[in-house]
Amino acid sequence: MKHINRRTRTLMDDAAGYAFISPWLLGFIAFSIIPILFSLYYSFTDYDILGEPVFNGLENFRRMAGDQLFWQSLKVTFFYAFVSVPLRLLFAFFVAMLFNRGTRAIRFYQAVYYVPSLVGGSIAVAVMWRRLFMADGALNAVLAKFGIITEYSWIGNPDTAIWTLIILAVWQFGSSMLIFLAGLRQIPKELYEAASIDGAGAFRKFLNITVPQITPVLFFNLVMQLINGFTVFTQAFVVSGGSGDPLNSTLVYALYLYQRAFKFYNMGYSSAMAWVLVLIIGVMTGIVFKTSSSWVFYEAKEGK
Amino acid sequence: MTNYKLKHILGQTAFHIVVILLGFLMLYPILWMVSNSFKDNAEIFNSSSLIPETFRFDNYVRGWKFNNSVTFSTFFYNSFYYTILSTIGAVLASSLVAYGFARVPFRGRSFWYGCMFMTMMIPYQVVMVPQFIIFHKLGWINSFKPLIIPQFAGLPFFIFLMVQFIRQIPYELDDSAKIDGCNRFMIYSRILFPLIKPAVITSTIFSFYWRWDDFLGPLLFLNKPRLFTVSLALRMFSDPMTSTDWSAIFAMGTLTLLPVLIIFLIFQKYIVQGLVTTGLKG
Repeated sequence: MKHINRRTRTLMDDAAGYAFISPWLLGFIAFSIIPILFSLYYSFTDYDILGEPVFNGLENFRRMAGDQLFWQSLKVTFFYAFVSVPLRLLFAFFVAMLFNRGTRAIRFYQAVYYVPSLVGGSIAVAVMWRRLFMADGALNAVLAKFGIITEYSWIGNPDTAIWTLIILAVWQFGSSMLIFLAGLRQIPKELYEAASIDGAGAFRKFLNITVPQITPVLFFNLVMQLINGFTVFTQAFVVSGGSGDPLNSTLVYALYLYQRAFKFYNMGYSSAMAWVLVLIIGVMTGIVFKTSSSWVFYEAKEGK
Repeated sequence: MTNYKLKHILGQTAFHIVVILLGFLMLYPILWMVSNSFKDNAEIFNSSSLIPETFRFDNYVRGWKFNNSVTFSTFFYNSFYYTILSTIGAVLASSLVAYGFARVPFRGRSFWYGCMFMTMMIPYQVVMVPQFIIFHKLGWINSFKPLIIPQFAGLPFFIFLMVQFIRQIPYELDDSAKIDGCNRFMIYSRILFPLIKPAVITSTIFSFYWRWDDFLGPLLFLNKPRLFTVSLALRMFSDPMTSTDWSAIFAMGTLTLLPVLIIFLIFQKYIVQGLVTTGLKG
């Protein structure tokens, strides 16, 4: 009798559990699993959306290897991600260090520094950004005040266009700053006190206490932001007017993939590109995880 | 006055000066945009000034009219419609799912929870093309369905946040409610949902922000100007081929940022909390 009771109870738990998670589970199947399977299939086909997908084996990947724009978009994206993410984290970390003190005004400052992160993803800001760096934009007007008269278009020149996007990303360091600040405040005060008693200076404390204590937070943010960096789309789309110009210098990977799918209707090719992106992100995250044991400090957890 | 005290005051002053200057630099682009929304079109060229010579409110009137056949009334209506419905769906569904993951010991729980985290790592680009084709075949293109309905599955980020919150609530509450004759759904809706209010508010705010700013989704699924959200409208407005009315563009740009900033001023605490819980414990 008791045995049956237990069994019906597990069955009821199962039913209740699946009922509660059903919105997510259905969405997961309909909007993730099924599309993922289709995407995998499309990546081995030639598909222009009007006709039926035609299986062509590895042709898409072969074509990719010889596609200059593909390599260009990879180059742009790697440059963008590997410059903007470390810079943003560095800024966030040092400003968080600066703010990690007891002044009352900090709350206000924090809020001000967070505002760019808040609005940075909007089209309004992307549109404004383009205007800011045009030949007759605000940057050149400011430079003129310092006696540097120039008609240089930061947006229109292939050497600097990607930098405007990098600056846009770094400008939004506020959210990482808040996360670091919370991390810094969690470091036990006793560690610093003990180090002071041992005669450690400010720099040694920073190197031996602050840095190791903050690395888990840094690690998580590095992974997430690299993924975001590799998939950047909207800003590049708006700032370059959807083209990736000048001279494809802002043609980030997601933008090229979008063009391939919705401008040229190469659904198969763009699906193949998406899987290469998955591979790249997988490898990058893998590398960060593999190397993490040498630079991420995990506290031995007691009683937790 | 000791030497030490003087040094402290000097240090403090230097700190505040540096932080205020850097803060000004951070806000400058936004202030510049707002100021430009009041300037005459000719005044914007080669100008870094933050104070317009004359305040011209007609930029707002001109911008609002857009191209006269559709106006920003439509775009704001569309944006609010899409954002609010999506947010209600995302938050309610997420809280249901979070309760399931946090409180019901069903078989396969950790497997599905792991799957949920996996989806956070998969770039949208993978599902973008098939989703478009599926929605195309369903005849959902040029409607808000492909944008709103997936939100009713809940968002991993919110589910995770709420699971974290629910786990902090003692089981005794569930048990005593059970003794009082509550079933699981009543425990969820009457006991736990009110208790995870901070997580619900945080999720609501972030959902609002993400939907309000969303660009790729509307770009894919909405092609008719009368369905445009403010993001799409602004982007079309600023198209170098069609328009150079920068004052009007900046005026509408400023308006689209207003909801975001107002919500921030009211709910600052919850935003910081959400960032920190999900960014730290990930």
